[in-house]
Amino acid sequence: MSGRVPSGRALVIVGPYLWLLLFFLAPLAIVLKIAFSEALIAQPPYAPLFARSSDGALTIQLNFHNFLFLVRDDLYFRAYLNSARIALIATLLCVVLGYPVAYGIAHASPAARNVLLMLVILPFWTSFLLRVYAWIGILKNNGLINNLLMAVGIIDQPLVMMQTDFAVYLGIVYSYLPFMILPLYARLQRLDHTLWEAAADLGCRPHKAFLTVILPLSLPGVVAGSMLVFIPAVGEFVIPALLGGPDTLMIGRVLWDEFFANRDWPVASAVAIAVLILLVAPITVLQFTHGREAER
Amino acid sequence: MRTGRSAFVMVAMALCLAFLYLPIVSLVVYSFNASKLVTVWGGFSARWYGELLRDAQILRAAWLSLRIAVVTATAAVVLGTLAGVALARMGRFRGRILFSGMTSAPLVMPEVITGLSLLLLFVALEDLIGWPRGRGVTTITIAHITFSMAYVAVVIQAQLANLDPSLEEAALDLGARPAKVFLVITVPVIAPALVSGWLLSFTLSLDDLIIASFVAGPGSSTLPMVVFSKVRLGVSPEINALATLFVVVVSIGVIAAGALTSRAQRRRSRDAQGAIAPPFG
Repeated sequence: MSGRVPSGRALVIVGPYLWLLLFFLAPLAIVLKIAFSEALIAQPPYAPLFARSSDGALTIQLNFHNFLFLVRDDLYFRAYLNSARIALIATLLCVVLGYPVAYGIAHASPAARNVLLMLVILPFWTSFLLRVYAWIGILKNNGLINNLLMAVGIIDQPLVMMQTDFAVYLGIVYSYLPFMILPLYARLQRLDHTLWEAAADLGCRPHKAFLTVILPLSLPGVVAGSMLVFIPAVGEFVIPALLGGPDTLMIGRVLWDEFFANRDWPVASAVAIAVLILLVAPITVLQFTHGREAER
Repeated sequence: MRTGRSAFVMVAMALCLAFLYLPIVSLVVYSFNASKLVTVWGGFSARWYGELLRDAQILRAAWLSLRIAVVTATAAVVLGTLAGVALARMGRFRGRILFSGMTSAPLVMPEVITGLSLLLLFVALEDLIGWPRGRGVTTITIAHITFSMAYVAVVIQAQLANLDPSLEEAALDLGARPAKVFLVITVPVIAPALVSGWLLSFTLSLDDLIIASFVAGPGSSTLPMVVFSKVRLGVSPEINALATLFVVVVSIGVIAAGALTSRAQRRRSRDAQGAIAPPFG
C-alpha cells in the first residue's frame, strides 16, 4: 500500500480487517493473558495481569502456575495424547473408507457424479448435533443394532456399544467422512485418465498401476482431507460428550468441563493455549509450507 | 476394471452411502413411532410432531436461532466477500500475511477455543467500555459472523481465482469505476458462490452448539443448546421429529440448489466442479 491508494481499495480491506483484529486476534491475546493469571473467586474469576505497584509503575505479573498445573496433573497430558490418538486413528479410518468412494465418484459418469456428490454433501447440511444424536438410538443397549441382532438370535445379551471408545470412533468417522471424500475426489478427478492407459500400454497390471501411479499422485488429496478430519476431531466435544463414556478423555471435553463445571477460567485458558501450541500450530505450519509447494 | 468401475469400488460406495444415511433414516422412521420407548416400534403416529409444536422452549429457541442465523449469514456474506475480494484481487497490501492468516485460521481453530476466547473478549470489553452489556443475542451473532465470514472468504476467493480477471480489466479499461465493475461484472459471476456462502453461514450458525454455549447469556439459549440439554439425558422422540423436519427442509434446499447450479452450469457449459461443495474449492 505504498503511495496514493485508491480509497475504494482501502475501504474493501478495512472492514473485514478490523473485524478480524477485534473478534479473532484480540480474543486470542486475552486467552494468552488470562492463561498467565491467577484464578480468583470473583467476577470475572481471574486476577488482573497488569497491576500498579506501590510506586505507581505498571507491572506485569506472569503466573506460570496454570501451565505447571497442566504438566503436573497427568489428566491433561493423557487427554492430549488420547485426543491425538483418537483423531489419528479416525483419520486413517476415513482415508481407508473414503478413498474407494472418492475414486468411484471420480470415475462415474458426469450425471451419476453430480448425484453422488450431492448424496455425500447432503448430510453435511443437516444438523451435526442431530446426526450424532441419531447414533444413540442405534447403538444403545436396547437400540436398533442390539434389537436386530437379538431378534435374529445372533446374540442373547446386548452388546455394550454406547459410552465406549468404539462409539466415539464411529461418531468421528461418520461425521467427518465427507470432509475426506470431497478433497480426495477433487484431486482424483483432476488426474488424467490416460495415466491408466499409459501404464497399461507399458504392461503394468491395474493394481500396480494404482499403487505406483495413481496413489502417489493422489497423496495431496489425502493430506488435504486428513487435515480437514484430524484438526476438528482433536478438539471434538459433542461426539465424546454424547457417545463416549465418562472415561473417554478428550481435550475439548476437558476444556469444556474446566470452564463450565470447575469455573476455572485461567486453567481453561492454559489448556487452550497448550492445544494451540501443541496441535494447531504445527499443523498450520505444515499446511502453509505444503500450500507453498503446491503453488510452485 | 481399468476405468475403476470394479465391483470393489461399487460395493464400497454402496456401503459408505448406507453408513452415511442409516442414522438419518432411523431418525425419520422413529419420529413416527407411537411408542415413547424410542426404539420399540409401537405403531405409526404423528404424535411427536404435535408435542414438538407445543413445546414452547424448543419453539422459542428455534425462533431465536433462525433470527441469529439470518443476521449472521447476511453479515458474513458482506464481510467474507470483502475479505475474499481483498485476498484474490488486491495483490500485495500492508499486513496481507496477517490478514490472510486471520481469514483462514478460524477454519482450523477448535470450536472450544474460539468460544472461550470470544467470551473472554466480551467480558473484558464489558469491563472496559461497558459494551456488550451482558451476553445474549448480540454476542452470539458476533461470534457466528466471525467464524462464518472465514468460510465465505474461502469460497469467494476460490471462485474469484477461477474467474479470468481480464473481464474486470476490460471493463476498467473502458472507463468503468471499480465499484461499478464489481457490481455489474464480478457480483453476477460469483453469484452462485454468494448464495452458497450465505447458505453455508446460515447452516453453520443454526448448527453451532459449542461457541454459542460459551457466549450465550441467561435466557438466550439457542436451538442446539436446548437440543443438547435434552439429548444428554437420553433419546427423545420429540427431537426425532425435529430432526425429521430438518432433514426434509435441508433435502429440498440442497436438491433445489443442486438443480439450479447444474442448470446454470450447463448454461455456461463450464466444468461441473465444486460449486455445491463450498468449503472445498
